[in-house]
Amino acid sequence: MSDHELRVSKIRDGTVIDHVEGGQALNVLAILGIDGSEGLGVSIGMNVPSDRLGRKDVVKVEGRELSSSEVDVLSLIAPEATINIIREFEVVEKNRVVRPEQVAGVLSCPNRNCITNAGEPVETEFAVVGNGVRCGYCSTIIRDDLADHIDV
Amino acid sequence: MRQDHLITATQLSRDDIEAVLDRAREIAADPAAFTDRHADTVLALCFFEPSTRTKMSFDTAAKRLGANTIDMGTVESSSVTKGESLADTVRVIEGYADAIVLRHPSEGAATLAAEFVDVPVINAGDGAGQHPSQTLLDLYTVRENHGLDGLTVGIMGDLKYGRTVHSLAAALTNFEVNQHFISPESLKLPRSVRFDLHEAGAQLREHTDLEDVLPELDVLYVTRIQKERFPDENEYHRVAGQYRIDAETLAAAREELTVMHPLPRVDEIAADVDASGHARYFEQAHNGVPVRMALLDTLLEGAQ
Repeated sequence: MSDHELRVSKIRDGTVIDHVEGGQALNVLAILGIDGSEGLGVSIGMNVPSDRLGRKDVVKVEGRELSSSEVDVLSLIAPEATINIIREFEVVEKNRVVRPEQVAGVLSCPNRNCITNAGEPVETEFAVVGNGVRCGYCSTIIRDDLADHIDV
Repeated sequence: MRQDHLITATQLSRDDIEAVLDRAREIAADPAAFTDRHADTVLALCFFEPSTRTKMSFDTAAKRLGANTIDMGTVESSSVTKGESLADTVRVIEGYADAIVLRHPSEGAATLAAEFVDVPVINAGDGAGQHPSQTLLDLYTVRENHGLDGLTVGIMGDLKYGRTVHSLAAALTNFEVNQHFISPESLKLPRSVRFDLHEAGAQLREHTDLEDVLPELDVLYVTRIQKERFPDENEYHRVAGQYRIDAETLAAAREELTVMHPLPRVDEIAADVDASGHARYFEQAHNGVPVRMALLDTLLEGAQ
């Protein structure tokens, strides 16, 4: 995308999460725990044209460089996402998200009878298996609509 | 067994299972030799749900090993009614006992408890999750009657919510066993159990009709279909009736067929099966004591 097509301006320092599946940008922010209250500049482009994805979302977070351990969990809802670290308007690092083996504290278990939904002092923990995730407590497997179970 | 806790049957290897069953056989042959084995030990019985067989057989097993037991009592009489978390309850009880036997209505409760304490935790049933000590006595009963390899086993009834089924199916993947699952469509095995069976390389053969597979079976493991699983009582009566067996049903079975049930039964096995020569469910319940003695002995030995 050339500069004159940009729907949101370039950022000086921070992180650009690109190639997010169209419609998932708000879930990306939810997973990262960014809701604006921390004072970071956040820009979102939703359903912008993409050669690779047809339509994609782009999330730009100013003033914060996200580490790979923070962003890998995004692979569950945005497996094609790329993470660009920006300094002085230049991309200094570009990475793809990598599927983690475990996801802690991001998803809630859809099994209402799971002990993690009983007010106990524990974080949820899911193992990433095949094309889904599995609750480390009750073994429930979630395959579809992972974004519906984001709990942050 | 190398594990500190017994939480799920999926953690058990063939060697783990055989070691416990071998020890149970030794105990059954000479219980007196094990009488004072754990004389200074206290076992906590924490049952957040009603239980007869499991609780009494753990209590008996502990006492036959020379150990003492302390019983949390009913939930109504405990501090759970004051809103205490399970994590806090087990951390308190850890200070009183050398091992904890836990039954709880929520899936994953034993996993959580084991994270908070250093003494062995035995899962005595977590909601619709797992019931691995029942599986050990089930396997003991099967082994005493048939051995554990080269068998065809049918598991029938509520496969979706039946925790004894989930544990048994997982444990049987350690042996050369053809497993058949017989249930109404709405009560088939849950996704997580199927996943484990596939991972273990087991083939799933599912049926809605017992007749399809009964003549092949060496073991038929029957479980209760509970009324509360059905939104409509008429539907319950229609479905449950198809999964009841009586002596006439078993006329089509092999003479050596063993019929098992974790109990309590309501009406899914007619009383005329008791005298048929196929019935092993009371023997199975009695095996709970030597098998749980062997399990406690193994875990306590490991903890020391």
